[in-house]
Amino acid sequence: MRRLIYLLPIAAFMALAGYFVVSLSRDPSVLPSAMINQPTPAFALAGLEGQPGLARDEFQGQVVLINFFASWCVPCRSEHPLLMRLAAELKAPVYGIDYKDKPEDAARFLSELGNPYGRIGADRDGRVGIDFGVYGVPETYVIDKSGRIRLRHVGPLTPADVTRELAPLVKELQKS
Amino acid sequence: MRAILLATMMALGAASALAVEPGERLADPALEARARALGAELRCLVCQNQSIDDSNADLAHDLRVLIRERLSAGDSDAQVLQFLVRRYGDFILLRPPVKPGTYLLWFGPFAVLALGALAAALYLRRSRRAPQQAPAPLSPDERRRLQKLLAEDQG
Repeated sequence: MRRLIYLLPIAAFMALAGYFVVSLSRDPSVLPSAMINQPTPAFALAGLEGQPGLARDEFQGQVVLINFFASWCVPCRSEHPLLMRLAAELKAPVYGIDYKDKPEDAARFLSELGNPYGRIGADRDGRVGIDFGVYGVPETYVIDKSGRIRLRHVGPLTPADVTRELAPLVKELQKS
Repeated sequence: MRAILLATMMALGAASALAVEPGERLADPALEARARALGAELRCLVCQNQSIDDSNADLAHDLRVLIRERLSAGDSDAQVLQFLVRRYGDFILLRPPVKPGTYLLWFGPFAVLALGALAAALYLRRSRRAPQQAPAPLSPDERRRLQKLLAEDQG
């Protein structure tokens, strides 16, 4: 029994090594979000070039998707076809917030690739982004009927993210 | 001449280490000093190992401007930090706060050190309490073998 104490350092080493192995596959650029389950920050943004804008109080009581994007953002381009599909297939409105962008550039971006957004707010100085805790575009948020942020996705969405996480969550939130 | 050159180079080096742009600075030196102190404590979330004062990232610039706006509006340092932590979490603080979730981080090394000291103390006390016994004398068999080995060595 006393001999077992000599195995303790080995056990401790194995535990540490196991933790490091698991941590290797973690992406350190994905940060924990402080905004999960918090109420959506209040905002009211003007639209792009004469189109209606986007304000938080307009979509209360609905499950919505909010996508931060910008015409200058390369990963946003790769994510775009998926957003087009979501807008058609997901039974929830998809809204866009154009982050630190020139309205004319955003308009060109959308006319080139298509517009998946039911509404777009132009966050020209990035303050609404800071209120959401955004640190890079694209970021996607799912907001529930009570106006709380339930999901935050940093970086471009992939089809796997949608089928595994986003679509089931939206469905579940709409039932409640 | 060389001293002047060296001083110039050092001054240039110091200036380039700070990303705070002249246009961002506040006219009030006391407020600007507080903004600098805060900026050095805050992590730039884009280039994660730099403070927002050292980073040229767009978001770091926005946060520097935001801090100065809030300080000018009369916020205390703690209020500014709280404002940012609510949005970005504790991760934005370069020095993690001491709270139950971080006790292991802050006190873990000392706990390990204390454990090691305890183990060392126990070991020393035990070896002192049991004084070394004289080794048992060699058996006749062992003596003979020893003689043989010594003889081989000399031969």
